Amino acid sequence: MIDAQQLTKRYGEKTAVDGLDFAVRPGTVTGFLGPNGAGKSTTMRMIVGLDAPTSGSVTVNGRTYARHQAPLQEVGALLEAKSVHPGRSAYNHLLALALTHGIPRRRVDEVIELAGLGSVARKRAGAFSLGMGQRLGIAAALLGDPQTVMLDEPVNGLDPEGVLWIRNLLTALADEGRTVFVSSHLMSEMALVADHLIIVGRGRLLADTTVTDLVREAGGDTVRVATQEPARLREALAGPGVGITGRAGSEELQVTGLSAREIGLKAAEHGIALFELTARTVSLEEAFMNLTRDAVEYHGSTTGIETRVAEGSAA
Amino acid sequence: MSTLTAPVEASPATPARPAYRVTGRRVLASEWAKLWSLRSTWITLGLGLLFLVAFGLIAADHYKSGIGSGQQERDFATATAVSLSLFGTNFAQLALGVLGVLVTAGEYSTGMIRSTLTAVPRRLPVLWSKAAVFGLVALVVATLGVFVAFLSGSHIVSGTPAAMGLSHAGVVRSLLGAGLYLGLVGVIGTALGALLRSVAGGISVLVAALMLVPGLISLLPSSWQDNISPYLPSNAGESMFALTHDSTTLAPGAGLLVFLGWTVLALAGAAYRLVRSDV
Repeated sequence: MIDAQQLTKRYGEKTAVDGLDFAVRPGTVTGFLGPNGAGKSTTMRMIVGLDAPTSGSVTVNGRTYARHQAPLQEVGALLEAKSVHPGRSAYNHLLALALTHGIPRRRVDEVIELAGLGSVARKRAGAFSLGMGQRLGIAAALLGDPQTVMLDEPVNGLDPEGVLWIRNLLTALADEGRTVFVSSHLMSEMALVADHLIIVGRGRLLADTTVTDLVREAGGDTVRVATQEPARLREALAGPGVGITGRAGSEELQVTGLSAREIGLKAAEHGIALFELTARTVSLEEAFMNLTRDAVEYHGSTTGIETRVAEGSAA
Repeated sequence: MSTLTAPVEASPATPARPAYRVTGRRVLASEWAKLWSLRSTWITLGLGLLFLVAFGLIAADHYKSGIGSGQQERDFATATAVSLSLFGTNFAQLALGVLGVLVTAGEYSTGMIRSTLTAVPRRLPVLWSKAAVFGLVALVVATLGVFVAFLSGSHIVSGTPAAMGLSHAGVVRSLLGAGLYLGLVGVIGTALGALLRSVAGGISVLVAALMLVPGLISLLPSSWQDNISPYLPSNAGESMFALTHDSTTLAPGAGLLVFLGWTVLALAGAAYRLVRSDV
């Protein structure tokens, strides 16, 4: 359980995290989403006490991280930046961390196996590939058998096998009843593992929601239907929970609350000819981008993103 | 990915969680393990030891050959077996001080400090442990080196005016003083590394404090020099192991106190920065 209250971090003029309120609960995977520079890493650093909040507070299982007797047993964290001495072997790195808590060597061997580092454990960490480094970071995060696991961009630099490994790991951890908090700037990645989403942009909370709610609020499932008799079709489809929009004089209608199948059947019932019947699911990526459009720090001037957003609003 | 805990205990409903806990002794053990698991530690300590013994022997040999040829250099006029065998101290203090800086600043340059402080978020135990572990190691290595240098150096200069044995008044005190001085230089190195969080910065300040400042002081008016000079880290430290003292130097005990004062000052600065600033 992570609990942030009015969490704020300012670096001089720049506000990195601006009054964040959120709670991360056990038993599910909570995704922490936002564009680059949204304050995700800073927030995570404040959770484990590396950065001190300018104001507000964040607690882990009811206490500030530093006040726990065995911090590694409360939160296992993988931070974005490298946190390993390149001259030390993976085994010695983990052992040094384990010694501070009285964690037995047996557990060091366990997490090495778990992270698939068995064959390179005695090699200098400086010689590791990005993916191996990421696995070492995760081994360190799991060392204390923590209640809460917090990973900052864990799939960065991983090959497909590694990505799959992380996904399964996150789900397994949550199934064991742990609190799992994972940051990413990729909605598509989050959609596969996270149940709950905390979305930030420019340090502010944009949404604290679930994956399904996010899609629904972002326009839900719309069906585009074109017919020669839009007025008759409107009448035929009207009912509770059904929304129909369309420009006057246009043959095209946008219908929400009915599936394409239901619309087709109703139209046939009333003998209305349809030219087009397209289910248009708002993708999570679009929902996310609509939400964070104003909060993106660095816009490319002529990227596909802009074009897609423009299309999205015209449609 | 079946389970992440150790072989699951009897009752799956309430898996027994081991009671881990961070203690001062465990942080010490961790810092001890960290120190010895890096190759640079072995190399630099070896260099320090080599400097102490080799330069001591070279100085003693140089003195002996000067006596033989009858052309003694002025520097060696007052030389003793102690001063000759401690000739390497100047070089050894660089090796030990630099390694001290690496022990702390090296964690910042590599990012290791984030792992360290996530494991020990109270932070200060890390600084105390690093200073204690490395100070002790430097003390032991330096004392060993100094005694080896003296025993072999005094053998070389036996039969010359510089000859001295361990039983000679003040010799053991001088040698122990030199070991202690080098141990404290190691502690100051760790403190400077933690204070400046930069290997280059820490080494620069260390070299400046121990080697450059005494030279700069000579630019001051002489009345100031006499008042300031004995209290400089390098001169106070030298009083700890010099065999003879005059009116311009501190007594060994006073030198130790002043040098300890500098060490505490550096550690206090390091502690302040460690607690106050983000990592």
